[in-house]
Amino acid sequence: MNGHPAGSPCSRRQFLRGGARLLAVTGVGGLAGVLATRASAQTTRWQIDPAKCVRCGNCATKCVLKQSAVKCVHAFAMCGYCQLCTGYFEPEPNALTTAAENQLCPTNAIKRTYIEDPYYEYTIDEELCIGCAKCVEGCSRFGNGSLFLQIRHDRCVNCNECAIARNCPADAISRTPVGHPYRLKTEGH
Amino acid sequence: MVRRALFLLGSGLALTAGAASRFPPPDFEGGHQLPVTTTPAPRELTLEYLDAAVLLATLALATWLVYRPRSRRGLAVLSVFSLAYFGFYRKGCVCAIGAVQNIALGLFDRSYAIPLTVLVFFLAPIVVALFFGRTFCAAVCPQGAIQDLVLVKPLKVPLWLEHGLGVIPFLFLGAGVIFAATGSAFLICRFDPFVPFFRLSGSLSLLTLGAAFLVAGMFIGRPYCRFFCPYGALLRLAALAAKWRVRVTPDVCTQCRLCEHACPFGAMRNPTPTGLALETPAVERKRLSWLLLLLPVLIAGGALAGYRLAPAAAQLHPTVALAEFHLANLKSPATFPPMTPEALSLERAAADPETLLASARVIRQRATLACWLLGGWVGLVILLKLVALSVRVTRTDFEPDRGACVACARCFISCPNERVRLGLPPEPGLAVAGPVPAAAGTGGA
Ligand code: SF4
Ligand code: SF4
Ligand code: SF4
Ligand code: SF4
Repeated sequence: MNGHPAGSPCSRRQFLRGGARLLAVTGVGGLAGVLATRASAQTTRWQIDPAKCVRCGNCATKCVLKQSAVKCVHAFAMCGYCQLCTGYFEPEPNALTTAAENQLCPTNAIKRTYIEDPYYEYTIDEELCIGCAKCVEGCSRFGNGSLFLQIRHDRCVNCNECAIARNCPADAISRTPVGHPYRLKTEGH
Repeated sequence: MVRRALFLLGSGLALTAGAASRFPPPDFEGGHQLPVTTTPAPRELTLEYLDAAVLLATLALATWLVYRPRSRRGLAVLSVFSLAYFGFYRKGCVCAIGAVQNIALGLFDRSYAIPLTVLVFFLAPIVVALFFGRTFCAAVCPQGAIQDLVLVKPLKVPLWLEHGLGVIPFLFLGAGVIFAATGSAFLICRFDPFVPFFRLSGSLSLLTLGAAFLVAGMFIGRPYCRFFCPYGALLRLAALAAKWRVRVTPDVCTQCRLCEHACPFGAMRNPTPTGLALETPAVERKRLSWLLLLLPVLIAGGALAGYRLAPAAAQLHPTVALAEFHLANLKSPATFPPMTPEALSLERAAADPETLLASARVIRQRATLACWLLGGWVGLVILLKLVALSVRVTRTDFEPDRGACVACARCFISCPNERVRLGLPPEPGLAVAGPVPAAAGTGGA
């Protein structure tokens, strides 16, 4: 590459290349400048808006993870601690026992604990929950709506484009600032 | 309480939403403490800055390894690290290849702020490529690394095929940018064949695609990089203007041809044959002007094709898809079981069809414009490729093509001068009928 006389194709190419590089560096610099005004030090996380979610079941099947990053969570302060929880029992249970066939949850992920007469507490075992929303549907339709779905950020890999979001019939999943990565239901919601 | 709940169930009374606290939360006599709803924290922001720092460090290290110790082994080790960190640990999500879509979305959608880390992932490899070539591809990109590491026996892809297929990344880039800019989809992420491997989960079709790429990659060096990667297309352009280049020889090329077949990625170019009658500039100019005449035709053709494709492309946007589904269902109603995604989608559409259809119309218009542009882009890319192919290049040495070379450093060791530099004896296979195909030729110039 060295020692080519001026005007030879090589030095002309070098000159062109230098020009192209200057152009490109300026262009990239300009782009970076524009983008810097559009950038944020914050990143985002995907989250479900429980007010929009229609409990379709996609959350259990569309997540890219083998076991969905979406889990049922419980806003305990909203819960009626019902003995006959409509998020826990099948609509027409054979008997009010905790036998698996009486439970809505396909994976027995909800633990039912006696607190005091007639109150029971329902907690979710996230290892078992697959985010199918069956309990959420039961609780929202007939109960207080204290069970709802959330993307759990200890599991979610924060895909660039959430695979559930693009399949959600309610358009309930959107990016939230990483500082407030949950949309919890609260009392009186 | 039990009776009340039973009554509700028994009568099948489906109360509509919004009726929270049907059963007032109890006051516990025993003073039971309510558990708190846990909110496992996402990955720390500082760790995301760490990702960016690791990127910059590996990028610098890869560049140094290519230019100073010229060490293939060093690059291989670094590849393994990058694959482990960006691939299996970060699960392929913050990635330079996909970042171009965040950039496009950020430019066109005011409500989306590009995360700083993504900006760094997008810009840093390009800036480095503008000076040093594609050292990002050499050992930083996990997608590149996984293909690089599965390579066993590279077969040669004919140059014409290489050039032909080499157009695809630019088209993929155009499509990725346009679908991201219109908020329709992140196509590049969706069809990344390796990310499902990094996560060790994913749909069967994607895993199959990934497996196909890996199996193909055993015999065709880096098939994704060469024929699909949209970010590689950008890096290729940047590398064409690079100040420094990757050279096979540490000092001078003695034209011994030993490196001729050393590149598994089809990047090695032979010197322009001397003695052959070169085309006169006049012939060349004539061909170029023909190609320039072709420009409007190609662009118009592309744009027209884009226009024809627009309705299908717009469907990728969830809102448009829902509107179409709604309309189709109005025409020929189908019944879906209740509580399925389909039924619920239709319910939502039926609740407010005007707004839905109106916003679908806006998106469709935008998509049509975008597809015109995309089509024009396709025409332009094809033309530029033709121009690039027809321009005469004078090469005096065996050297890697600036754009195609991923700076993997594999070819260095085949150069006798490099062996001298390293104090190694000449290629051991050379004396005997060795496995090096180049040895079949003359030993030296
Ligand atoms: S996909 Fe949407 S509607 Fe369906 S369960 Fe998940 S958040 Fe709810
Ligand atoms: S019913 Fe579904 S969402 Fe509810 S706890 Fe069970 S698996 Fe989780
Ligand atoms: S961002 Fe990815 S991992 Fe997280 S919930 Fe969505 S699909 Fe699952
Ligand atoms: S061409 Fe693309 S996939 Fe290959 S190493 Fe470069 S950026 Fe990665």
